[in-house]
Amino acid sequence: MKTTFTLNGQSTEVDGHPMDRLLDVLRQQLGLTGTKEGCGEGECGACTVLMDGEPVLSCLVPRFQCEGRRIETVEGIAEGPARAFLEKFVETGGVQCGACTPGIIVTAWALLQDNPSPSREEAREALAGNLCRCTGYEGILRALLPEEPSR
Amino acid sequence: MSAIGESPPRPDGFAKTSGAARYVDDVSLPGMWHGATLRSPHPHARIRSVRWNPGKAPEGAVCVTAADLPGRNGVQLIDDGWPILADGFTLHVGEPVALVAASTRLEARQALAAVEVEYEPLAPVLSLEKAESLPPLYQLAMQTGDAEAALARADAVIEGEYRTGHQEHIYIECNGMIAWYEEDSLIVLGSMQCPYYVHKALVHALDLADDKVRVRASAVGGGFGGKEDFPSAIALHAALLARACGRPVKIVYDRHEDIVSTSKRHPAVVRHRTGVTRDGRLLAMDIEILMDGGAYATLSSVVLSRALLHSFGPYRCSDVRIRGRVLRTHTAPNSAFRGFGAPQVEFAMERQMDRIARTLGLDPFEVRARNVVEPGDRLPTGQTLDPSTSARLCLEEAERRTGFRARWKELEDARARRKDGEPMRGIGLSLYFHGAGFTGNGERKMKSPVTARLLDDGRIEVLTAMTDMGQGCAAVFPQIATTAGGIDDDDVVFAAPDTGEVPDSGPTVASRTTMIVGGLIARTVAELRDRVLAWRGGNAFSSPLPRVGRAMGEGPGVRGFAVRDGWIQGPEGPVERFRDAARRFREETGPVEVTLRNEPPEWQSFDESTYQGDAYPTFAWGADVVEVEIDPDTLAVRPVHVTAVCEVGKAIHPILCAGQIEGGTLQALGWALMEEIKLQDGRYLNDRLATYIIPTIQDTPRIDVHLLEKAWEGGPFGAKGVGELPMDGGAPAAVQAIENAMGIQVDEIPATPEKLFQAQSREIAG
Repeated sequence: MKTTFTLNGQSTEVDGHPMDRLLDVLRQQLGLTGTKEGCGEGECGACTVLMDGEPVLSCLVPRFQCEGRRIETVEGIAEGPARAFLEKFVETGGVQCGACTPGIIVTAWALLQDNPSPSREEAREALAGNLCRCTGYEGILRALLPEEPSR
Repeated sequence: MSAIGESPPRPDGFAKTSGAARYVDDVSLPGMWHGATLRSPHPHARIRSVRWNPGKAPEGAVCVTAADLPGRNGVQLIDDGWPILADGFTLHVGEPVALVAASTRLEARQALAAVEVEYEPLAPVLSLEKAESLPPLYQLAMQTGDAEAALARADAVIEGEYRTGHQEHIYIECNGMIAWYEEDSLIVLGSMQCPYYVHKALVHALDLADDKVRVRASAVGGGFGGKEDFPSAIALHAALLARACGRPVKIVYDRHEDIVSTSKRHPAVVRHRTGVTRDGRLLAMDIEILMDGGAYATLSSVVLSRALLHSFGPYRCSDVRIRGRVLRTHTAPNSAFRGFGAPQVEFAMERQMDRIARTLGLDPFEVRARNVVEPGDRLPTGQTLDPSTSARLCLEEAERRTGFRARWKELEDARARRKDGEPMRGIGLSLYFHGAGFTGNGERKMKSPVTARLLDDGRIEVLTAMTDMGQGCAAVFPQIATTAGGIDDDDVVFAAPDTGEVPDSGPTVASRTTMIVGGLIARTVAELRDRVLAWRGGNAFSSPLPRVGRAMGEGPGVRGFAVRDGWIQGPEGPVERFRDAARRFREETGPVEVTLRNEPPEWQSFDESTYQGDAYPTFAWGADVVEVEIDPDTLAVRPVHVTAVCEVGKAIHPILCAGQIEGGTLQALGWALMEEIKLQDGRYLNDRLATYIIPTIQDTPRIDVHLLEKAWEGGPFGAKGVGELPMDGGAPAAVQAIENAMGIQVDEIPATPEKLFQAQSREIAG
């Protein structure tokens, strides 16, 4: 079955089983390996992508649900105006091993589109579905919260 | 040039935030197949037969069993007693019994059904209580003074037994390896902390020459010890399948498989008998440590060794007896996890200090302040503590920043007045320490090398085997190299960890990367710089090695010439760009390379038979204050604020250094409060992320880190190892806070609501 969607601004058509996971379509068929698999069951958030601007877990999205949708991955976001945010994210210690990072970047970027200066509580709520095992989340919050004093 | 103490962006940062970084599962090779592992469903069984039915498998699939191994069936670590594939018996659920490979991941999984294994189940040993009466995997003991005599003359003898549970690493990137052959050489690429451990295991089991095996680390998505030993086994599995099918083979575990089959932190039972004076001074300690090693010893002997050497805590005591055993159970081998035995025993010691305080009517600060070690004190090992010893400094700074004593008293009093249904608040304090580098004579035996060489264009290339699993050596090493050499950021590059290129500078473990390998990088780069200066000045290669310490990089240089900011400086000012001189030197003389080996301080000596001596060259220190709120109905514990005061020698990159402490502290809170493995018939019940719960951002309190610096002469610019330190402090502070809130005794973690309910019920009943 063919599925057509907009991927990082480009119209894209892929063929395969309708129940293929979007995660596999992106990583294996389209070579976009920035989206990571951390658990495969919707618990960790490492595979987060945007579907019509909303964060979704690509390990839980079957291919057929993508028909006609707008999908953005970390690669697409990084090419756009997010560059300064990514740099800040690195500077504040938001990145250590990097395995959760693409999912967190995607989720955080979606938050910042709606709410450019989130409170600590708003940021925590937005990121509640993204596990990070390295940072204790402090470096991630420093990247999102302009009022946090720098160390 | 980024100075020591600045926090430049980590060089891999953009690749990681943009999705460009290549982890092992992001790599696909032409013609690559996928491997899968058939695992034992039994905790203990005789394997009567293993049969491969290719007719039932996808076309072309291959299978490898123990019978197909070309050499010894052992993963070489400390010894090779851990089988590559179960042979004759299986000793834990999830043990690999057979391997298959096919052209896709799905087909590989389908091929598992074509392997028939006949088992004869045997009785398993699944509890420490049962294992205690059986021969241990390993045991150790040490004593100093006469603990029994000192206990006999103590005003009081206080006894306690403390328990800690399994902890799963949950690196977000699961374990994975790709193996392939190029002509007669085996190449392995994957996620690992220790490329040369993997190399050694492959050479040993496949009977290959050292130079016919090449191991490269991909980007590593977290380790925490979980990628210290298991990658060697997985690399062997992938290599055996690549050998069988003649193609590259990738094995990447999914989360369920990773939790089921790979190592965890050792569960432990620690028993204390402590003799004290009426005013709370420690006279004697008798400590017994039991650890659950699982089915195979893997790294348990060195975990137990580190446990022994941290079990007395940062306290003075002259009469100490410690006995430790690693017991064997029919569960997956437990092994390295950040802290490496120290978090379990420091949890127990800190809980014991609280029990002593309660018995004697002291507050938690006071009992610690009366016993804390000072510079010049001797540990029970006989080691004299160096001038950077900072236990009291951390304790007092934590009190100064948090007002712990007043708050603790306030909450003790509030508990009595609290009305039913009101949230319970508590605050807790812990004091902890961690020895960096390999224990005892480990570093001296290893004498790990680092190489620096001149590239054709005059840049310095530094070669080490260290992997950046997130901790940030990719940022810290260049800071050390440029500062030690006086060179620019652009003047130095670092080789990727690839055993075909880099020397064996040891494993990326034991908080040794910055302190030991970083120090070696500083010396090696400075030596290479001096060779360039000597050549330029017409000297023989006779410059003395620069001293390792704070003054490094400001060294005397050669004959009045030094290097600063990338320029060779003469008596009259800058004379030439260092890189240009280095390029001319390289052109004129051919390859220029310096390899230096780590030499532990001469004074450091350790007797492995008596456990007396200098177990570690130095220690890092910390004090945590944790405040919690507990729901009176559900007994769910929510940490609301943590202050971590850590003395780290010198924070080379403060953001990354604090990042280690923030992340390690949260791992400690997860271990203390929520992370739980339950066993049923030898199977882990919490074997996926839906059931094994680690802290989300919503479970995470604000963590304020305060770095204190008392430079240690032996570390680069004074730095001490810090990676594991924060794992030692969070759990005892959190549990003391629970006691402060609830007025109950908690001796076991994880302190889940169920356990707190039981403890509360006992309190009410008793």
